[in-house]
Amino acid sequence: MPEFKPRTVYVTYIAATPETVWQALTSSEFTRKYFWDRDIELEPKLGGAFALKLPDGRVNVRGKVIAWDPPRKLSVTWQVEWPEEFRKLPECVVTYEIAQAGDAVRLIMTESHSWNIPEAILSGGRMGWPAILSSLKSLLETGKPLAIQMEPPREMIEAIKKL
Amino acid sequence: MSDKPKFVYVIYIASTPDKVFKALTDPKQSARYWFGYEVTSDWKVGAEFALVKDGRRWDTGTVLEYDPPHRLSYSFHPEHDGLENEKPSRVAFDLEEINSQVKLTMTHDDFEAGSQVFPKVQAGWPSILSSLKSLLETGKELPPFWRGDYDKK
Repeated sequence: MPEFKPRTVYVTYIAATPETVWQALTSSEFTRKYFWDRDIELEPKLGGAFALKLPDGRVNVRGKVIAWDPPRKLSVTWQVEWPEEFRKLPECVVTYEIAQAGDAVRLIMTESHSWNIPEAILSGGRMGWPAILSSLKSLLETGKPLAIQMEPPREMIEAIKKL
Repeated sequence: MSDKPKFVYVIYIASTPDKVFKALTDPKQSARYWFGYEVTSDWKVGAEFALVKDGRRWDTGTVLEYDPPHRLSYSFHPEHDGLENEKPSRVAFDLEEINSQVKLTMTHDDFEAGSQVFPKVQAGWPSILSSLKSLLETGKELPPFWRGDYDKK
């Protein structure tokens, strides 16, 4: 496997248990609410299949589990399949790390890349992750996710066209 | 890419810009979400700013911009742990109302190259702003753990 370097990191603290945060990251019952209606499919083992699916069944992201240590660490490879023009993006790695912080939980999301990825393409994740993980935090603390609409940034789409 | 450190943190809060702006400038609320620190200032451009805990001014600065409920910025100068000799950095908050929620963007920049303050604030802001979000959405700040993290960094 090529070397993947962390390029985007987002940290949030949540009033919940590590087990609850793990469940929210790995089950569709939760992802549907905070991750823009996506279902998650995850074979619970190292090397297992991973996918994010849109409500109509289309695959948004596909990958493999490369770290599996519930409720502490999950890493998956991340190949975007939809939108179609994003398919030429090399796969990246998304890692969640969960740690107890007093009576709360610290969640660290790290997006790592193996190539000299332009900042314009990184802008997609840098815009999306704060919204997704803010909504996850709201969902676990209040029972209600946020309602944030987003499109991929124009600069990202332009930069992908040029690949 | 510039080698001057800059930390940007975005968090979405189910609240109004007025309430978020108020929380950023109210010592009573900050004492809850900022793990005991009171944000103290007259909140006029040019006025002094201080983070006060147990009667001591731990960090000081000057209000640079005060435009409720859109933008707030102040200079930031630690007065502790041997960090006093670094020149002040700058903290800015931008608030944007989106779909009856608030997008809060905190930008901490204007550090010296090789700043000792930078890694500490980078570790601290996510916990402070996560706690602010919890306080505004649930009425309860996060339980205190931050001071411990801060000391370890």
